[in-house]
Amino acid sequence: MNLDPKIPAGDLADKWDNHRFRLKLVNPANKRRYRIAVVGSGLAGASAAASLAELGYEVDCFCFQDSPRRAHSIAAQGGINAAKNYQNDGDSVYRLFYDTLKGGDFRSREANTYRLAQVSVQIIDQCVAQGVPFAREYGGHLANRSFGGAQVSRTFYARGQTGQQLLLGAYSALSRQIGAGKVTMHVRSEMLDLVVADGHAKGLITRDLVTGAIRRHAADAVVLATGGYGNVFYLSTNAKGCNVTAAYRAFRRGAGFANPCFTQIHPTCIPVSGEHQSKLTLMSESLRNDGRIWVPLRHGDKRPPNEIPDAERDYYLERKYPSFGNLAPRDISSRSAKEACDEGRGVGESGLGVYLDFRDAIRRLGRDVIEQRYGNLFHMYAKITAEDPYQVPMRIYPAVHYTMGGLWVDYNLMATIPGLFVIGEANFSDHGANRLGASALMQGLADGYFVLPYTIGDYLAQSKPGAAHVDHEAFIEAESAVEKRIAALLAIGGRRSVDSFHRELGRIMWEYCGMARTDAGLRRALEEIPALREQFWSDLRLLGGADSLNVSLEKAGRVADFLDYGELMCRDALARTESCGGHFRVESQTDDGEAKRDDEQFAHVSVWEHRDGDEPVMHKEPLTFEYVHPSVRSYK
Amino acid sequence: MRLTLHVWRQANSAARGGMVTYQLDDVSPDESFLEMLDKLNEQLIERGEEPVAFDHDCREGICGSCSLMIDGIAHGPDAATTTCQLHMRRFRDGAEIYIEPWRAKAFPVLRDLITDRSAFDRVIQAGGYVSVNTGSAPDANAVPVPKADADAAMDAAACIGCGACVATCKNASAMLFVGAKLAHLARLPQGQAERRMRAKRMVEQMDAEGFGACTNQLECEAVCPKEIRVSVIAAMNRDFLRSSVF
Ligand SMILES: Cc1cc2nc3c(=O)[nH]c(=O)nc-3n(C[C@H](O)[C@H](O)[C@H](O)COP(=O)(O)OP(=O)(O)OC[C@H]3O[C@@H](n4cnc5c(N)ncnc54)[C@H](O)[C@@H]3O)c2cc1C
Ligand code: FES
Repeated sequence: MNLDPKIPAGDLADKWDNHRFRLKLVNPANKRRYRIAVVGSGLAGASAAASLAELGYEVDCFCFQDSPRRAHSIAAQGGINAAKNYQNDGDSVYRLFYDTLKGGDFRSREANTYRLAQVSVQIIDQCVAQGVPFAREYGGHLANRSFGGAQVSRTFYARGQTGQQLLLGAYSALSRQIGAGKVTMHVRSEMLDLVVADGHAKGLITRDLVTGAIRRHAADAVVLATGGYGNVFYLSTNAKGCNVTAAYRAFRRGAGFANPCFTQIHPTCIPVSGEHQSKLTLMSESLRNDGRIWVPLRHGDKRPPNEIPDAERDYYLERKYPSFGNLAPRDISSRSAKEACDEGRGVGESGLGVYLDFRDAIRRLGRDVIEQRYGNLFHMYAKITAEDPYQVPMRIYPAVHYTMGGLWVDYNLMATIPGLFVIGEANFSDHGANRLGASALMQGLADGYFVLPYTIGDYLAQSKPGAAHVDHEAFIEAESAVEKRIAALLAIGGRRSVDSFHRELGRIMWEYCGMARTDAGLRRALEEIPALREQFWSDLRLLGGADSLNVSLEKAGRVADFLDYGELMCRDALARTESCGGHFRVESQTDDGEAKRDDEQFAHVSVWEHRDGDEPVMHKEPLTFEYVHPSVRSYK
Repeated sequence: MRLTLHVWRQANSAARGGMVTYQLDDVSPDESFLEMLDKLNEQLIERGEEPVAFDHDCREGICGSCSLMIDGIAHGPDAATTTCQLHMRRFRDGAEIYIEPWRAKAFPVLRDLITDRSAFDRVIQAGGYVSVNTGSAPDANAVPVPKADADAAMDAAACIGCGACVATCKNASAMLFVGAKLAHLARLPQGQAERRMRAKRMVEQMDAEGFGACTNQLECEAVCPKEIRVSVIAAMNRDFLRSSVF
């Protein structure tokens, strides 16, 4: 497997400029002869599809929802980072780069991370020009807030709906190109396989989710912008449809999968309320700007929160990390919450919760200000829990939220299969072992607006347009594989529903591959998952047919892939015996319980290669640090 | 809780649909409405019946996928709440609940409770954007935008495109949806250059899709989960008139 990251030469600050100059260009008149398939219409996919069409390429864009505007990016709440330094508080491209690299616990590439910080500045300009209604100060200039893992105020936001507004911006740009006939939009279409012909990605197979029709789509390059795999845990903050299928199918076709065990557990979500729970709801991290996190000092203190005096509260983040306090990075905050609960100091009926308290902020700033900043989040919290967070502290608990792992890509965002590009959460590139808040939106739009449109040209310039044809045997083979798989799922005729398998897989993953991972636990998971998979393929009950709208069939295909993928995650987690970022191996911690990295052995990206009928093998891309010396990450 | 559910079942857009009645026990008041339907579906699968198909994704009230007429009200009885954010504690034990899809000529039923809302996308494609290519934007702070304008733009931009406004309107008018997009962009300096053209194109596409006229019943405002105000419709009419005058 060729894992050359293709990092350009030169000084860190000049690499991207130099590289752009060296990239080959496609003649403007020739661009319309190239067809590009973009799978996904979230921030990454929509921004890429629109920008590529503006350049003159012919674009096909796919999503499984009924409209591109409903991609999961819509749900992002808190904000988007950019090194604008509008607040004059000492921010810079270098500082954003440094914070991102450090936040990721030195498990990402310097050059990629630096480029991300560089283009962040343009993203905000672009979005404002599209009409994204970011929050403003009275003088009419853009407002900022702070986010975890940073000591400057660089996060731009649109109330608690930043993802929605950014996505609607990208969706409007995409809609303009659809209207102009430059993008053909395929809604309610699910990619079920990647087509690789003569060693290059040349198209995909989709299922029309309304009619069940299986279709072949040829392209000169394929872009996956299909989001993250958090739903392998069943319960997560991701939308219900989020899945790993597109990425996993590409892996099966030869694309390397990088760091699959790197997942982010977000510290501030509404705790699970019962068996019926179908998903978890995030309470934006921005709340940590004004809310204070605490648990009772005493074990088993069951008094209502407002009756517990300050002296009997433990504001544990402020105590343990005085310089970052409630804004400590996500992995650290999550683990601290788990510790407090493991010690028996958790709150709420289940004991799996900690308080996020706005009492002091309301006293200091007044209810109005808090309502202005977080009104919709407070409203959502009250809806779900039937408690009023203006009166009693919120209860929160960590939940699976984001996945740093993804398909391996080089500096050009190209996977190990030539012609396959991967952008947004679906790739692994910029966040190392832990992503800082407000950086996923930044990365999705950076990839789609400002990186991919350049780098894909370099690949296309070296290939003949229109070379792929849907009659090629690779298409026929892939289509028949998809059909066989659907038929196999429908033929099982067992007793258990898809959801029951998904729930059970989620329980295994959360137990053994969640916030704390051990050698014994992971080995156990590696026995339980294959057993569950076997049951799935012998006892699944799937009603209805293949050639109509069949929601259970859609779910079954996704869960089947999660059952394979969960195993890959556990393998990766088992192999990485160090702790880093969101990956906490219980065996590798310092005396005071912090994650202990092992740069000697693990300063690399783990890249997995699929082998038919055999166990996957792991390859390594070494990480070298020329500019930043990996230090012990301290937020104390 | 024990519930009696009357649910619209329809095999596909060509088939005839009808209400089917189901009994559901053991519903927890903490469940969301969609989790209650999940529970129903699990029981149906167990009995060997095909589950009820409904649209949903985020289950956080933001993607605009979910869409049900619950006892005749779009998104059910709670104000400013999507179906996915509605909780069963809102209903009493023993309640009978009627569950139907959006009903509008422009939103044909695809199966059970799922409708085709692509007409909304086509209205946006006709002009619901600012024409600015990637890379050609000036510095974001180059043009100050008064906070009041930014806030008003955001109020309108909060629309999630769910279609409740259309579903609840006797005339199946899409004016609240179209007005919201126009108001969002009309309040910002970036939206000025194409303001009239945008209104003209979007209104023409809206008509072409078969949405009805607005007769000021204000029902759309009452069911909008994002509390978009009907004042956006008046503003839209002004811009549309100007576009045709000149
Ligand atoms: C609740 C929540 C809040 C968040 N808040 C923030 C925040 O404040 N700031 C921040 O920076 N990040 C935040 N994030 C993270 C961020 O939202 C995501 O990482 C990001 O939006 C992912 O964008 P994407 O374009 O890569 O993928 P997505 O938006 O997930 O889009 C995936 C697209 O791929 C399509 N797709 C998937 N599979 C297939 C298939 N097989 N066939 C066809 N199409 C397919 C989908 O239809 C969709 O269009 C948040 C995440 C969550 C869950
Ligand atoms: S499911 Fe997204 S708004 Fe209801």
